[in-house]
Amino acid sequence: MGREQSQMSYTVEQLVAVNPYNPDILPDLENYVNEQVSLQTYSLDANLCLLRLYQFEPERMSTQIVAHILIKALMAMPAPDFSLCLFLIPERVQMDEQFKTLIVLSHYLETAKFRQFWDEAAKNRHILEVVPGFEQAIQEYAVHVLSLTYQNVPRSVVAEAINIEGVSLDKFIEQHGWIVEGKGELVSLPRNEFNHPELRKASSANSIPLDRITRIFPLLG
Amino acid sequence: MAGGGYDYEEGVAMEGGYDPSYVPDPVKSFVVHLYRHIREKNVYEIHQMYETSFHTLSDRMFKDTPWPSVEAVAQYVDNDHVFCLLYREMWYRHLYARLSPTLNQRIDSWDNYCSLFQVVLHGVVNMQLPNQWLWDMVDEFVYQYQSFCQYRAKMKNKTEQEIALLRQHDQAWNVYGVLNFLQALMEKSSIIQILDKEKEGLEQFTATDGYDYTGGSNVLKVLGYFSMVGLLRVHCLLGDYQTGLKCLLPIDITQQGVYTSVIGSHITTIYHYGFANLMLRRYVEAIHEFNKILLYIYKTKQYHQKSPQYEQILKKNEQMYALLTICLSLCPQVKLVDETVNSQLREKYGEKMSRMQRYDDESFALYDELFSYACPKFITPSAPSYEEPLVNYNQDAYRLQLKLFLYEVKQQQQLSVVRTFLKVYSTISLEKLASYMEVDVSTLRTILMTYKHKTHSVVADGKTISNADIDFYIDDDLIHVVESKTPKQYGDYFLRQIVKLEAVIGDMDRVKLE
Repeated sequence: MGREQSQMSYTVEQLVAVNPYNPDILPDLENYVNEQVSLQTYSLDANLCLLRLYQFEPERMSTQIVAHILIKALMAMPAPDFSLCLFLIPERVQMDEQFKTLIVLSHYLETAKFRQFWDEAAKNRHILEVVPGFEQAIQEYAVHVLSLTYQNVPRSVVAEAINIEGVSLDKFIEQHGWIVEGKGELVSLPRNEFNHPELRKASSANSIPLDRITRIFPLLG
Repeated sequence: MAGGGYDYEEGVAMEGGYDPSYVPDPVKSFVVHLYRHIREKNVYEIHQMYETSFHTLSDRMFKDTPWPSVEAVAQYVDNDHVFCLLYREMWYRHLYARLSPTLNQRIDSWDNYCSLFQVVLHGVVNMQLPNQWLWDMVDEFVYQYQSFCQYRAKMKNKTEQEIALLRQHDQAWNVYGVLNFLQALMEKSSIIQILDKEKEGLEQFTATDGYDYTGGSNVLKVLGYFSMVGLLRVHCLLGDYQTGLKCLLPIDITQQGVYTSVIGSHITTIYHYGFANLMLRRYVEAIHEFNKILLYIYKTKQYHQKSPQYEQILKKNEQMYALLTICLSLCPQVKLVDETVNSQLREKYGEKMSRMQRYDDESFALYDELFSYACPKFITPSAPSYEEPLVNYNQDAYRLQLKLFLYEVKQQQQLSVVRTFLKVYSTISLEKLASYMEVDVSTLRTILMTYKHKTHSVVADGKTISNADIDFYIDDDLIHVVESKTPKQYGDYFLRQIVKLEAVIGDMDRVKLE
């Protein structure tokens, strides 16, 4: 079953690569969006291709499918996929209530206003819960931003960003292998070159790729 | 000639004096010679006639009338089918540039492109045409498509006849048709495979500027090559930046290539590449490429003064300075910009740029102004609704892109304030910075995280890269500022000097002292 599915997704990607401007593949791409939702996979290229076809023939657009694509794009944060999709969706379509909500949610994520995001998301559960894995994906994004920013971060800030508290938070912290310091109020995030700049490799900047050195090979002989 | 039956079309100036069937002697001589040079594959002469004679004749004899019709000149060129298609392509190009085309002419020009590209794709073409001409074909094809979309979207003042004609010819300049021609040229030419093979030294394309010195034709190959740039441009016009950049991937823009062999192609490529990167928030990449091309234009401008493209070069030059201003206001990495470009920039936009960093309403208006001035002419690709009331929608696409861009600017509103403070501290507590910025600590945390998010991007292989000129990290309640010093690339510098020195020594060796 699983293998069959992945073979099918391979075919859709192929389809897009071979027929990027063929209106006949529109139904396949719509099915593929539904498949991405149910199997928790993601293909930006296929979805952009579908939005492009909608842009060419607006009368064939399905708002339900567009909503799924946009939610999937939110889940791809920190990548700019949500904007990439909006660039292709006509303004009058963006006026639809559910799209307005998604745009507000995207704004909160882009500006790291996590508390507002989770409040708003709770109010719009009916739009979001059709896409499994939504919360986890946003939590991953929050963790990404936190780890870019902090070496050690108050537990309350983590709780707000990922919308988890109490024992569940302890578990989350443990699962990620983070160390709790102080009186249990400070979480030490994994070291990376952005929160520990000393890890930034200075050597890479001073090395020269081989293909550039080859230019002087004839002179060295 | 004038009048009757044409009153519903945008009046092309059919002056009393213009007789499409009259072929003056200089034109006769022009087509006869051009036809001969094409048959003899004399690229040099073709180029001279195409670049110089055609424009000289246009200026002298056809300043505000079309050239003689193709039917009238066909007899001088053996009624050669392909030559007539090429002639007609130039005929329409001249018409678009100097007069305003009627709807019928737009449709006829489309038909001509279809015939021409069909011949190239399916027929046996054995010509060798100058890159400039082949580039102009692709460039003009995309331009006429864009022009058609703008024209069609102005529905309000369309007459019944025009609407009937639009409905009847709904395949003319259809977006699928346009994209599929470009795609077909690219695929049929196998240009991607050719460029791949060239990397392994198995093929020559760039080294010969795309020309074929073994008796073959360069037409399909080079049209296919330029079609990749055409696709980038069409996708940018549609707001599909990601796909546009993907179309350009086979061309390595860090190197010289056939795209740099024609100045118009070079500029179009980098302008759209830079713009797409700006919209994707990859400011550093956009700054790099704008800087390179602006420096190149600055140094080579004087050689193009007599070129028919000169005005276009200057306009794109100004637009790219405006785009560079936007990039540097959002991502102040001035050290990436060459001193020459920087001084030009300061002269043109210095004052605006300092106001743009303030992030008040006025600065917002400046982003709006520069974006509107420098952005591509966005289009709506779908056919209009022919139901009453007829509405104009020619501004819709532009307004959407502008709105989304300004939305992004707004999200970055407070980042330049943070930047100003980070510049003067090595460490500062959250509380202190919050009070300076007149916000509470938890708001400050979101601003600082926004700064991190907006200045870092995750690239294709999942790696995070930093675009920040000034960075920081927070330990508990204390912000530690990190000034990112990109160490000078001495290696490259020395490599260049070694090659230069060797060349100088080589030159000196060749000098024979008496």
